Amino acid sequence: MLRETYTKELRHLQDEILRMGSEVEENLLKAVEALTKRDLALSEKLVQADKWFNQRRIDIGTEAFSIIATQQPMASDMRLIAASLEIAGELERIHDYVKGIGNISLMIGETAVPDPLTSHMPEMAEKTRFMLHRALDAFTERNAQLAFETIKGDDAVDKLYNKTYRAVMTYMAANADAFELAQRLEWAAHNLERAADRVTNICEWVIYLATGEYKQGKELLKSFENK
Amino acid sequence: MKPNTSFSNGSVAVEAKEMQVYYGSFRAVKDIALKIPTKHITALIGPSGCGKSTVLRSFNRMNDLVASARVEGQILYHGSNIYDTHVDPVEIRRRIGMVFQKPNPFSKTIYENVAWGARINGFKGNMDQLVEESLRQAALWDEVKDKLSQSGYSLSGGQQQRLCIARTIAVKPEIILMDEPTSALDPVATLRIEELIQELKKQYTIIIVTHNMQQAARASDYTAFFNMDGDRAGYLVEFDNTNELFTNPKNELTEQYITGRFG
Ligand SMILES: Nc1ncnc2c1ncn2[C@@H]1O[C@H](COP(=O)(O)OP(=O)(O)O)[C@@H](O)[C@H]1O
Ligand SMILES: [Mg+2]
Repeated sequence: MLRETYTKELRHLQDEILRMGSEVEENLLKAVEALTKRDLALSEKLVQADKWFNQRRIDIGTEAFSIIATQQPMASDMRLIAASLEIAGELERIHDYVKGIGNISLMIGETAVPDPLTSHMPEMAEKTRFMLHRALDAFTERNAQLAFETIKGDDAVDKLYNKTYRAVMTYMAANADAFELAQRLEWAAHNLERAADRVTNICEWVIYLATGEYKQGKELLKSFENK
Repeated sequence: MKPNTSFSNGSVAVEAKEMQVYYGSFRAVKDIALKIPTKHITALIGPSGCGKSTVLRSFNRMNDLVASARVEGQILYHGSNIYDTHVDPVEIRRRIGMVFQKPNPFSKTIYENVAWGARINGFKGNMDQLVEESLRQAALWDEVKDKLSQSGYSLSGGQQQRLCIARTIAVKPEIILMDEPTSALDPVATLRIEELIQELKKQYTIIIVTHNMQQAARASDYTAFFNMDGDRAGYLVEFDNTNELFTNPKNELTEQYITGRFG
């Protein structure tokens, strides 16, 4: 085959994204588990782990830049590199939310968390993790349709966030002394909601990779309805 | 998605329609339909032997100079076919000039190299002014203004190629054809020619054949990708604006070629 080394380099870049992505998937679940089960040691570990994800993003970027400099990628190869850089950035930011939830857990400390405020969080985390998993599958398969379907999952996460938000408001009204705790938990749920938005961004880059066209929101919807 | 083979808006400088070119009984290119956008740079790319030079030469009847060559179909320029019997090929070649792969200055002074074409066309104006203007447009004036009476051969390869461009410009063409104009030049001289072409497109339509894909990507506005079939006849696979063709080609063959996985 022509350009074997080059093909290997691109393949390696893709594998690095998948590896980083599956670590993020795992930590999303752990973050909520640590928060709800009050496992402070695990929360601490997740906060510490964030440095690794920051470094991964830099390493993936450096790798991509050196392929650009040495191999002059074109067409779908170039799009793979562009998408990889963007996706690595989104993964790093999703892990910032993991770290954020870890910090919230540490701030809450030994205090018990009221059940109605956290009851939707495991499901939010699992739905977001599943979205991310499908987004990475779509990335590997260059599957625009799957990426598009995955984006639709974001609505369910938004709904769960809204439920949590209302629960927080109700709780605050009844328990004025636990205002700060309730606010912190609302913030954790918000982090999960943002993480799912980031997965949506990943899906948009997967669609760009597969089709050569970058679209968002209504534009994106239109282009899939017309098919 | 169906690959583009033409551009949709804007003015057309010259157009090939259902063109076939034969050398004797060998059909070198087939069914060429290609519109060249006015005052833009169009690059012709494709594997060696696919007929890029043949297509380029057909745009100004250079093929007439090859005894065995025969062109079928039409090349439309200002509404008429340049292969019509009443058309004067010499006039066509003045209006559609050509720059070759190897710089080919005449064994004359720098000044005469530029003045020559205008002189034989009966130019009556201020020759000094025309020479200076042409050399300036070719981005060579500052380097040669103090040695206009030296031989064209005294210049470096890159300068010689710019001299040939000045010579082409001096007869006021509309279209400039370039066949791998930098393949004999070093990288710096190559980049200077590419910069020069960007300037020239403000006034001229440029068609450039290049085997260097990076050059097509950096230096052109539109790109036409040619390939050849089992019968070795070259054909147009895809035509698009250069950004689109190099980031999102619609044809699988174009994709393979520009990512270097062809063959
Ligand atoms: N003067 C000629 N006589 C016969 N065959 C020619 C002549 N010029 C080119 N050919 C043939 O026509 C085909 C296209 O050649 P050319 O236009 O030079 O391709 P390219 O510029 O893409 O390398 C090739 O098979 C080549 O051998
Ligand atoms: Mg050639």
